[in-house]
Amino acid sequence: MRAERGLLETAAAWLLGVLWILPLAYAVWTAFHPPEYSVHFTPLAPLSLENFRRAWEAAPFARYFVNSFALVTMVLASQLVLCTLAAYAFARYEFRGKDVAFLLVLVQLMIMPDVLIVENYRTMSRLGILDSIPAIGLPYVASAFGIFLLRQTFKTVPRELDEAARVEGAGALQVLWKVYVPLARPVYLAYGLVSVSYHWNNFLWPLIITNSVASRPVTVGLQVFSSGDQGIDWSVITAATLMTSGPLLVAFLLFQRQFVQSFMRAGIR
Amino acid sequence: MSRNAIHGWLLLLPAAALLALFTHWPVVGTLWDSFHATTRAGKPGPFVGLENYQVMVSDEVFWRSLTNNLWYALGTIPVSIALALLMALWVNSAMRGRTWLRMAFFTPTVLPMIAVANIWLFFFTPQYGLLEQVTTALGMSSRNWLGDPETALACVMVVAIWKEAGFFMIFYLAALQSIAPSLAEAAAIEGASRSYYFRRVVFPLLMPTTLFVLVNAVINSFRLVDHIVVMTKGGPNNATSLLLFHIYQVGFSFWDTGYAAALTVVLLAILAAAAIGQFVFLDKRVHYQ
Repeated sequence: MRAERGLLETAAAWLLGVLWILPLAYAVWTAFHPPEYSVHFTPLAPLSLENFRRAWEAAPFARYFVNSFALVTMVLASQLVLCTLAAYAFARYEFRGKDVAFLLVLVQLMIMPDVLIVENYRTMSRLGILDSIPAIGLPYVASAFGIFLLRQTFKTVPRELDEAARVEGAGALQVLWKVYVPLARPVYLAYGLVSVSYHWNNFLWPLIITNSVASRPVTVGLQVFSSGDQGIDWSVITAATLMTSGPLLVAFLLFQRQFVQSFMRAGIR
Repeated sequence: MSRNAIHGWLLLLPAAALLALFTHWPVVGTLWDSFHATTRAGKPGPFVGLENYQVMVSDEVFWRSLTNNLWYALGTIPVSIALALLMALWVNSAMRGRTWLRMAFFTPTVLPMIAVANIWLFFFTPQYGLLEQVTTALGMSSRNWLGDPETALACVMVVAIWKEAGFFMIFYLAALQSIAPSLAEAAAIEGASRSYYFRRVVFPLLMPTTLFVLVNAVINSFRLVDHIVVMTKGGPNNATSLLLFHIYQVGFSFWDTGYAAALTVVLLAILAAAAIGQFVFLDKRVHYQ
């Protein structure tokens, strides 16, 4: 229902909206102005990219960005393959123990790798891959959320399409690739966006498992940078903060509709 | 076993193996380790029975973290859900500038929690921060918001609400858009007021969404401590230490993994309770199909 709203209510909504955008607007102001203007709001304050330059030079952010890109790409690619296969099994195969297996998958929706830090650190140590990019991503690769989402989607594919392809002589994997995957494209996009933003933004586990510039993602790099010997040069720290959130933020502002719709699609289960 | 069944298991195998290794095995391992002393110099710790749990009972920081976490959940969840519903109703209405509003509300969701925490850290900074600027302009006395045990937890809660409300809004938005317009028309013909229509039609129809959001909010309030690491490190005087943050400190600052395992068991029990709660409720009155 799209009901007309009163003036008072519109004003209240706008007030909340302004309040909500204020912290970010403040950060943008601080980052794009010389430090002496960080708390002086005059409209004529000179714009400057100096804070970004200083932040970029003060820490190996280029490397951190490369690491984060590698991380989200690796995680998403493996998630897509593994979750597609598992979801296909759950949606279209009959085997003993399927229901129990599905319940065991759903356990991960409640108990996410985020809380199993102590044991997973041990496992990584035993595998000898501490302080590496795969170690950051591995616990998340078999994603219960992805399996669940794709299973629901695959179940809506008409069986006739499946059978027609089989009559043509296609094998199980070919059917999956030619029939199911194309039909689920919007869901893949939705899942991809949610996954990328989750892993780009993830912090605690990468903080624990990484220990060097070679493997740190941007979030951990930012923390090392801002809690290091920068003192409290807020302008530079804020610039670094915006820089690390930059790719996602810009992508969101450009493709706002797709983002919101994807999060909505991923949310309806 | 039929060929079909073998194919099914083969498709499932890669995901199942990784899930077992990084979710199921760690859960069992946590339980096992909680009854053992911390591994020292590569030698597995001996069985110590309930010793880790006895330590826990007399660990003041644990109790502080647990009560903090409960207050944190009680403070953030209802407010962010209520705000999310309000935002969704506004964004879904014919209000002017609703595209802009949707962007304003949703943007915090896209930002990393650690970036959010940095921005708010500056906001709360004594003397320079925006908050201080406003309060001193209003003639209020200066105050160290994050350094004062009285206000620190509330500050962290504000950050969590800011970050999460827009995320939950999306789920309500999706649910609102699936409500048939004919219901509103019927209500209007019957002369029902807008608040009556909301209370008796919309709100009950949103019940499954509310439950879903509620469970997610509970999980998040025990899962997300990034902002604690950045803003307060659990301080001052453990005033903002949450359960997972305490686990992180015990496990990775003091390297007492046996005790950290016992603490994790408590966290897992809380999450399991949330899961069972959802399961029980879902079959009851919240579901309309």
